[in-house]
Amino acid sequence: MPNRLELTGITKQFPGVLANDHVSFVVKPGEIHALLGENGAGKSTLVKMIYGIMQPDAGEIRWNGEPVVVANPKAARKLGIGMVFQHFSLFEALTVLENIALGMDAKIPSRELESRIREVMETYGLALDPHRTVATLSVGERQRIEIVRALLLNPQLLIMDEPTSVLTPQEVEQLFTVLRKLAAEGCSILYISHKLHEIKALCDTATILRGGKLVDTCDPKEETSRSMAEKMIGTGLKDIVRAEGRAFGQPKLVVNRLSTGKTGHFDVPVDNVSFTVRAGEILGVAGVAGNGQNALLDALSGELIGDDREAITIDGHGIGLMNTTERRRQGLCAVPEERNGHAAVGDFTLSDNSVLTARDRLGMVMMGLINSGAAKTYTGKVIADFAVKALGPASTAGSLSGGNLQKYIMGREILQKPSVLVVSQPTWGVDAGAAAAIHQALVDLAAAGSAIVVISQDLDELRALCDTLAVINMGRLSAARPVKDFSVEEIGLLMGGVHGSMETA
Amino acid sequence: MDLTIAILVTVVGASTPILIAALGELVVERSGVLNLGVEGMMLLGAIAGFVVQFHTGNHYLALICGAAAGMAASLIFGFLTLSLSANQTATGLALTIFGTGFSALAGASYSARPVTLMSPIFPELAAHPVLRVIFGYSFPAYFAIFMVFAIWFFLKRTRAGLILRAVGENDLSAHSIGYSVVKVRYFAVMFGGAMAGIAGACFPLTLTPQWAEGMTAGRGWIAVALVVFASWRPFRLLGGAYLFGLVMTMELYAKAGGGPLSAIPSELWAALPYIATIVVLVLISLRRDASTNAPACLGKPFMPSN
Repeated sequence: MPNRLELTGITKQFPGVLANDHVSFVVKPGEIHALLGENGAGKSTLVKMIYGIMQPDAGEIRWNGEPVVVANPKAARKLGIGMVFQHFSLFEALTVLENIALGMDAKIPSRELESRIREVMETYGLALDPHRTVATLSVGERQRIEIVRALLLNPQLLIMDEPTSVLTPQEVEQLFTVLRKLAAEGCSILYISHKLHEIKALCDTATILRGGKLVDTCDPKEETSRSMAEKMIGTGLKDIVRAEGRAFGQPKLVVNRLSTGKTGHFDVPVDNVSFTVRAGEILGVAGVAGNGQNALLDALSGELIGDDREAITIDGHGIGLMNTTERRRQGLCAVPEERNGHAAVGDFTLSDNSVLTARDRLGMVMMGLINSGAAKTYTGKVIADFAVKALGPASTAGSLSGGNLQKYIMGREILQKPSVLVVSQPTWGVDAGAAAAIHQALVDLAAAGSAIVVISQDLDELRALCDTLAVINMGRLSAARPVKDFSVEEIGLLMGGVHGSMETA
Repeated sequence: MDLTIAILVTVVGASTPILIAALGELVVERSGVLNLGVEGMMLLGAIAGFVVQFHTGNHYLALICGAAAGMAASLIFGFLTLSLSANQTATGLALTIFGTGFSALAGASYSARPVTLMSPIFPELAAHPVLRVIFGYSFPAYFAIFMVFAIWFFLKRTRAGLILRAVGENDLSAHSIGYSVVKVRYFAVMFGGAMAGIAGACFPLTLTPQWAEGMTAGRGWIAVALVVFASWRPFRLLGGAYLFGLVMTMELYAKAGGGPLSAIPSELWAALPYIATIVVLVLISLRRDASTNAPACLGKPFMPSN
């Protein structure tokens, strides 16, 4: 049996960067093949060439043993290559059926298409109502549309670009079941991800890219997450360094019976939440997405203002009625989950974005005039200290890749040296090396006496980073305890809403 | 009774150009393009239709030339906004100013020269005192209603219509799937131009049998407002056009004086379509959960990243 896909010496040059440098690897029929690498390692470029969005400058693609030129995505689909993108190309105002019809090259009568969709859904256990409008669907359901769309073409190779970054753990499990079933039927899967434990759980082979070059092809089940991460970044992964035997200071951020009203979004409001973070302490808030994390962050940052001044205090000073700007002056900085459009303005330069949150703390505005020199200097420092890949302070936030924008935003807040920092998903979409750097920066900030709240869905991250941990479920927060007192099982139970140990803790 | 019939016939006549222009603009906006040049394209259609009718005497040829004039003007708009990614609002406004000026220039030597109006399609029934409400109109009135159904069917039931809506909803996704956003929008813009041209030609051919500078009198703006009023749905557009036509007819009667209508100043009647549009917009935005049905990419230039 010939190899499903064979790449030989694939090379792609962009102005100023060699995105792929003689990359060669093989995907066998029915194999789940992971493509691993840091941001900018060349994974996206490589799959874009396989899917015909770009053309390689040199090298050969063989499909089922035959050399092919994939001229465009249509040609790729014709060969039997399907792709599920990280950012869905869906039309919110249209129905599931209309969305799928748009993605089909062949013109199929909608009744026939609907029956074929139902058949695919039945076979793979992908539940969806074809007549629902996409705007009403969850992220996981939207991804199912993309998968169904790809499966309708009976692909022999399915490319998945970071499919789990937006899914809840349950949805990830469902997705893996579908992918394993597909592989068992002989469909090969090329799986791009940052999440090493997922790759260990799912994939048969892993190809690791670094700086556009292939560094290793290995069996992820034989490797540890750490060894794969080290191959990705090329050096030993740095552990978080903490000073030994440090003691926490006085309570810094005290939250007392904080509740938020229903905001009208789909998110859950915060219900009677109380916790204390001392100087030097990092408190982790674990929980499945959509359990009130956004409301908690907004209530702390000042985007949602409550009616009780004493519900939130910093060093005993009530800030519950202050808005975001006033809270920043009091030393509370926050990083919301949504990077583009919430934490940063995509069309603004990085420099202007720095002015937006750092103007008061760092004196970037004098008598209403922006001190652009100060903003530029500060932004340059953020870029340098957090290894942000950007042309400079004058590049727009929207031109940065997701991981780089995240690094910039984290750096922008951390370097302001806030006395209280609240962050949501600090390393979302960031590769292992950069994540380690962000973690270290947070630990260093805490060591300097700040109180930090980290809201994250990544349990490994929380366990490595935090001193104390609490779990949020349906807007209610469990009591915070030292992180080493929690077992993974216990956190899992709390995340699922089993509050048995909450009262006694 | 006679007055009611007369008013209804006037309403349909006054509504028809608005309906035709608005149908064109609806298709344009559904593809994600906001063309505020409707008024200008209508005036160009009006002068082209008038001149052709004046010299050839053929009403249908005049309508076709009106459509061609509108389409030609829309191509200027299309080239600037689609090929050069110019700001759609500014370009549309410029097109209206251009259309107003150019039609006045081209029509300068034709003022006060009469043409003949189009005759009803069913001459016998048009003379009937009651049935003329339904059968008393010339071709454009029936064309407009036919187009309501045709456009509804096109948007809802055909693949091309689906693609057009997709392009207006999310141009980047449509592009990534492999549809040519610019091509689809060119077709939509040209269709909108042709419809505006026909609508404009209706003025000298069905309403006032002569050329007068700026004779469309802001109806193009009403058509733009009407598309929003109808929340981008063809059948609501039909109802809205007749409603707006009724209001405009009332304005005329109020101006003429006499009767109960003159109790309300004609200026208020003239303002009503716009007030109604604002009220509808407010009502739509109050329904938080429901989507407004506005095409998500409306008015945004298409800028693919690669």
